[in-house]
Amino acid sequence: MKYKSVFDIIGPVMVGPSSSHTAGAARIGRAARNLFGREPAWAEIHLYGSFAKTYKGHGTDVAIVGGLLDYDTDDQRIGKSIETAEKKGMKISFHEDEAATEHPNTARIKIGDGEGDLELVGISIGGGKAEITELNGFELNLSGNHPAILVMHNDRHGAIASVTQILAKHEINIGRMEVSRKDVGKEALMVIEVDQNVEETVMRELENASHILQLSKIID
Amino acid sequence: MFRNAAELVEIAENENIKISEVMIRQEMDVKDKTREEVFAQMETNLSVMEKAVEEGLQGVKSHSGLTGGDAVLLQKYLQEKQPLSGELLLDAVSKAVATNEVNAAMGTICATPTAGSAGCVPGTLFAVKNRLHPTREEMIRYLFTAGAFGFVVANNASISGAAGGCQAEVGSAAAMAAAAIVEMAGGTPQQSADAFAITLKNMLGLVCDPVAGLVEVPCVKRNAAGASNAIVSADMALAGVTSRIPCDEVIGAMYRIGRAMPSAHRETAEGGLAATPTGRALEAKIYGIPMKKE
Repeated sequence: MKYKSVFDIIGPVMVGPSSSHTAGAARIGRAARNLFGREPAWAEIHLYGSFAKTYKGHGTDVAIVGGLLDYDTDDQRIGKSIETAEKKGMKISFHEDEAATEHPNTARIKIGDGEGDLELVGISIGGGKAEITELNGFELNLSGNHPAILVMHNDRHGAIASVTQILAKHEINIGRMEVSRKDVGKEALMVIEVDQNVEETVMRELENASHILQLSKIID
Repeated sequence: MFRNAAELVEIAENENIKISEVMIRQEMDVKDKTREEVFAQMETNLSVMEKAVEEGLQGVKSHSGLTGGDAVLLQKYLQEKQPLSGELLLDAVSKAVATNEVNAAMGTICATPTAGSAGCVPGTLFAVKNRLHPTREEMIRYLFTAGAFGFVVANNASISGAAGGCQAEVGSAAAMAAAAIVEMAGGTPQQSADAFAITLKNMLGLVCDPVAGLVEVPCVKRNAAGASNAIVSADMALAGVTSRIPCDEVIGAMYRIGRAMPSAHRETAEGGLAATPTGRALEAKIYGIPMKKE
């Protein structure tokens, strides 16, 4: 079941005008920001389907940038987010993409700065709910229903065990786990949905585990 | 966890509790929260809805200038004349319109289940309130009942205009409101399901065709229609009228109709009212672009 809570239906509290094109878009932007871990210096945003056709009217553009600035769906500053971001020196570009996508409300967001970059694909499935379907070329299925940690690692034996051992030690229960890799022995991605938000001390311990390249988290 | 309307009604009947109570217990279970926490969160949403209606009734205007001010006209008419459709109905309509005018003006609203359809549930609630005089708890329960049915639609069909057309948004919102009115008026869980089914049946096939891609024309007035549809259907169910097609099958039909809708009629601003000469002219004016031709 995609919707788990009554507050997915009666909610979110948000700045109008569209739950899918404004609130859901803000959540995709904010997921990118959370996963990147800091404010990006540049953002390249590709919009598909209904997003591409109607983004100006719905404020999808200000919503995604608002998310990149870490605004929540009910933050009144969303309306002026692009101005704010540009004043901070963020370079932003929007692209209306003609390519067909599986879901009509799809956005591909590339963000980065001098130290790194990140690329994700998000879909807005209705009522303000968003899912992340791709991260740095890896297909995934992140619902946003639960807190989660995402771990980029080397595809070596023991990498998964080293992460799960640390979580077990801190009594963090894993609700769902997904592992994918680009090729044998290359970069791989672990998506771990957990029952509670993972604290910074645990994150630092995970960073130092063997074969771990990069770590980010989604909080509830 | 209930998966469809039949299970929802069955749980309520077997345990002799209201639909709202089934939803409250499930939420406590799924999110591992206390009753007080779940109620407090819904109370916050209710307060947002109240503020949005107040703001809309004072008069707002959207950035495009396409919508705003109609809620004020309706309230004035209500106070000065005797509306043909009845005071409660027109009061609900004015409050639904107020909510969506605030939404269009990028004000703060609570999505129920979406922003474009945010007027139906609060519009009917604040109008029915003046007739039934519910307690604050009963008003919060209204939202849980509406949410329970919305939960079923969202998981079995869609609440997105881009995926299923306006029937999935205003259709779902109106039907959710109808089910909640029935519970507040003292109807049975099955009567709530019938009111839901009757409302949604009457909104099947409704396309999502926003002029210039804005959640304004026709969205604001569709919420007026949704609110009135909800009240009429609730009265029918309370009178003992049942839906020949069961609730879950109506939801299934809505889903399949949505799948069969061309993308021009699913929130792309490429068909329907958006593609009328006036719709195109408004779009060209708002964005300062040449007028699109069919």
